[in-house]
Amino acid sequence: MTLRPLAPLAVYGAAVAVAFALVGGVLAAFGANPLECYGAMLHATFTDPQGRSEVLRRTIPLLLIGGGLTVAFRAGFLNIGAEGQLLLGAVGAAAVALFLPATPANLPAMFLAGATAGALWAFPAAWLRSRLRVHEILTTLMLTPVAEYLVVYLINGPWRGEHVRGFSYTDSFPERLQLPVLEGTLVHWPTLALGAALAAALQLLLTYTPAGYELRVVGSSPPVARYAGIAIHRVVFLAGILSGGAAGLAGAGEVAGIHHRLLEPAQVSLGYGYTAIIVAWLARGRPIAVLLTAPLLGAILAGGDTLKTGFNMPFRIIDVFSGTLLLCLITAEALWPRRERRGP
Amino acid sequence: MDPPLLELKGITKRFPGVVANDHVDLALRAGEVHALLGENGAGKTTLMSILYGLQRPDEGEIRIDGRPVRIHSPREALRLGLALVPQHPLLVERHTVAENLILGQPGSFFLTRRMRQESLPVDLDARVEDLSAGQKQQVEIARALLRGARALILDEPTSVLAPPEVEQLFAQLAGIKARGVAIVFISHKLDEVLALSDRITVLRGGKKVGERARAEATREDLIRLMVGRDLLPPTAVSPPQQGVRFEVEGLEVDADSGRRAVRGASFTLAPGEVLGIAGVAGSGQRELAEALAGLRSFRGRVLLDGAPISGCSPAELFARGLAHVPEDRATGAVPALNIAEALALRTYRTTLRRGSRLDLSRMTAEAARLIQEFRIAAPGPETPVRLLSGGNVQRTILARELSGPLRSADPRRDDGSGRTVSADDRSGSLRALIAVHPTYGVDVGATEQIHRLLVERAAQGVSVVLVTENIDELYALSHRVAVLFEGTLRGPWPVAEVGVERLGRLMTGRDAA
Amino acid sequence: MTQELLAAALRALSLGAPLLIAAVGAIANERAGVVNLGIEGMMSLGALAAFSVAVEGHSPALAVAAALAAGMLAALVHAVVSLTVAANSYVSGLALAMLGVGVAGILGRRYEGFPLLDPVAEEPFLVAAGALAVGLWVFLRFTRPGLVLRSVGESPAAADALGVHVTAVRYGAVAFGGALAGLAGAFLSLSYRPAWTDGMSGGLGWIAVALVIFVGWHPLRAVLGSTFFGLLYYLQFRLQDQGRIPVEVFGAMPYALVVVALALSGLRKARGSAPAALGIPYRRGER
Repeated sequence: MTLRPLAPLAVYGAAVAVAFALVGGVLAAFGANPLECYGAMLHATFTDPQGRSEVLRRTIPLLLIGGGLTVAFRAGFLNIGAEGQLLLGAVGAAAVALFLPATPANLPAMFLAGATAGALWAFPAAWLRSRLRVHEILTTLMLTPVAEYLVVYLINGPWRGEHVRGFSYTDSFPERLQLPVLEGTLVHWPTLALGAALAAALQLLLTYTPAGYELRVVGSSPPVARYAGIAIHRVVFLAGILSGGAAGLAGAGEVAGIHHRLLEPAQVSLGYGYTAIIVAWLARGRPIAVLLTAPLLGAILAGGDTLKTGFNMPFRIIDVFSGTLLLCLITAEALWPRRERRGP
Repeated sequence: MDPPLLELKGITKRFPGVVANDHVDLALRAGEVHALLGENGAGKTTLMSILYGLQRPDEGEIRIDGRPVRIHSPREALRLGLALVPQHPLLVERHTVAENLILGQPGSFFLTRRMRQESLPVDLDARVEDLSAGQKQQVEIARALLRGARALILDEPTSVLAPPEVEQLFAQLAGIKARGVAIVFISHKLDEVLALSDRITVLRGGKKVGERARAEATREDLIRLMVGRDLLPPTAVSPPQQGVRFEVEGLEVDADSGRRAVRGASFTLAPGEVLGIAGVAGSGQRELAEALAGLRSFRGRVLLDGAPISGCSPAELFARGLAHVPEDRATGAVPALNIAEALALRTYRTTLRRGSRLDLSRMTAEAARLIQEFRIAAPGPETPVRLLSGGNVQRTILARELSGPLRSADPRRDDGSGRTVSADDRSGSLRALIAVHPTYGVDVGATEQIHRLLVERAAQGVSVVLVTENIDELYALSHRVAVLFEGTLRGPWPVAEVGVERLGRLMTGRDAA
Repeated sequence: MTQELLAAALRALSLGAPLLIAAVGAIANERAGVVNLGIEGMMSLGALAAFSVAVEGHSPALAVAAALAAGMLAALVHAVVSLTVAANSYVSGLALAMLGVGVAGILGRRYEGFPLLDPVAEEPFLVAAGALAVGLWVFLRFTRPGLVLRSVGESPAAADALGVHVTAVRYGAVAFGGALAGLAGAFLSLSYRPAWTDGMSGGLGWIAVALVIFVGWHPLRAVLGSTFFGLLYYLQFRLQDQGRIPVEVFGAMPYALVVVALALSGLRKARGSAPAALGIPYRRGER
């Protein structure tokens, strides 16, 4: 058996390079110099220490969401509504922080509430898919704007903060319910640890447990799963819920670690839910791989910020990166010749 | 003498690991029926796909009326006057017969109802999905003739027909032949080939090993060419034991469409008894097998060792010793996973489990053992299933199913309940097996091996429900035979009491008894 | 009163028009067996293309042509990736949706804040929408090429064996769908809200995809479905000003209703009427 393990890496590397080249074309059409842009992005993310912490900051939610999505994708559940599930996680965590009487258990409770809220938000799509075979792409996606409207309603209405000027937001969370961060940065390291631990745990789940085995069978070949008596609908449902919960954890992390209040959706999440799709796709079904792919996309997100501030480029450029990367990745995957027996 | 209508010269086609066609020559004349005879895997279908433009040959040439041609696609083939009637109908199921007939034919922009019912025995407005397999074949043939085919290629045309329908088809083909159309007829069934053809070409292992005119061909000669030796005598089937292992009473199963697919089937099986169930495709075999395997709900009583199976999942049934070799290999093993994982499909929650984790080392060790025991041709347990040939995938499925829930060949193993099983009992506490077309599309060597395995298990007391369209297999393995016709189960009778003719009548519903 | 009802009906039609146009295009490519989730992106690109041509003072016809071309080109990328390269067509569409909206947002930045001085009338678009729906219905049901397209979506293997060029038919269907998505975008930026803003397609592309499922891939039923959603949007505007229900509820309503509509389709087992080969890549010789 001669599958060279590094070969896929080279192929994906090539795909990423092609993607960057194509996006460079868009940058040029906008009127910016692609090389200058990439240079600035590289500097901001690698060489500048403040920039590195910004990458790390963005890596945190990507780790959590990406890990969950990897499992969901592996089961064949294309959850693209993680953005909304993240927001609901933020709402859940904020609810605990703002309204529950203060106890030491509140911080974990915030994360628990966040995970539950995120899972709940994925519930309709997961249920519809497992019971009525409704494709989850649309149902997960459509719930994201609903989540955004919910957050807007809360921060402008019943949860509106007392001392608000200009923007809308809730009150600050109490001091003790704010996560510690690395010195001088916005990197709330407990959540980072949580993300890494989750990725590892999910990998162990997939490889070493009967439940993980079932999930892999369901995702690869539903007819075989049915033949073996595996409860497909339950596996898909749980995978969907799990990915929602992971996104919810990310949301909790954002408000507990960085903002310490509930804000407008676009401030809570910098498009993490969508970018995590690439994180998960690049991981090719292995949750542990998000430890590599999340920082990569985190760097791209941070780079996008640089483009916004330095080159007056709309933040939409991130969508251009995401879309192009995804296209190049699936093209590379499909073109990579797999040894397969054809014929009689 | 005019050049032949169609000539294949030196056609060679290679796939990874196998030469499907090895310098094959074939000549076809107008008004002639030429049979292409060979076992499964001999290269017949590959040769015909090349002729029809579905594959490209690596070497060799094709000539039509003496002129060399290149056939790049079915469109080219059609233009050249070649028409393929495939083994499984290639029709648009949801459309009507009329819509299928006009598809691809040039004509007016707007569809007009100008088709005459003609000599078509099938209703033009019927939806194809409602037709029987034989009727669908009629549509295929009619379509080929409508396009003015000069040569008709029939791939295993009788595999979906019962004996009387076969006779009808032969009469029809005689008429077509009289009109000057050349017919190539692929088959592995000796008797039909001898009945119908003018010339016979025999393929074996990708090579053309002989060509005979009908007049000079004998059965023994052809068998020897096909198989390369004289046929082994069939494996002796030991008589069944006493008792009742499997009890089915008033079984009623619905198809996906809601229609009743099995109507009130009843039979019992003793330990070690093989019940062969024959029937034209679509008579309810799939639904019957799925019901017995726990994949489909049913009404009626089904008891395994005295306990009902209704409501049990396939996993629960397997733990009770009921195995299932599925109709379609693709549902039996996941292509993307490896052999060890495929072999674990039944036992990952039971014997291959240690606490809350999978026992991966045991999984690999057992896989290696099974690969050797069942002669699965693969580098190792980590080989992905998609790299295996059809025969080896089938061996993998059989290795898993025949090993039973306890996987007993290692006498020290037990399932944690304190029961150890002796090394002689290789059935692993398998009690019953539902085998559907176990040797379909599998080469001769693997077929012999599979038959031997089934007979062995039966001798150890495993009851077998064998659903098959292969009449030879049916007669070789079964103690008793039953026939499904439009959902009704006739029989079972001892195999000696049902000859081929009676079987044919039963399969088409023309037997009153 | 009837005056009001009539006005409401007209507004509903006009709000539903881009949905209908995009949905008709999507029905065409889905009936041929190809899923295109990138409609949102193609709509955005079409809107920008049309606007950028119109704002320079060129004729509306040219602007519309630009929109058609933009949508078609983007759709062709999807066709190459999902048909020729045979990658996952669902993800390809998703990627193009992101990409299309993103590129439009980037390249459209320079047009933000400049309203179109000479907006195009809505009526031609409404008529075109209806004509396209009826036209596609007639095409699919009563013509030979329509039969070919339907067959390709139901059983590409059968069509291929009969000499139909499956890939060419699918390419054509996808290009048509993309062009119509672009046309829907042109309506938005030339007539409906004659200006350019980032994200002006507002999820309509996604709603169109859901609409196709909801109406069972039937062009005439799509007219009803899009009018229904149009009515919904209209109600959203009318009811916004009353104070009791929070305004966010109305904003969220169309999206929530898409989920409800899909759930209902699932209950009705609408997927049973989906083209049998939808979303499955076709490779000759594979069973």
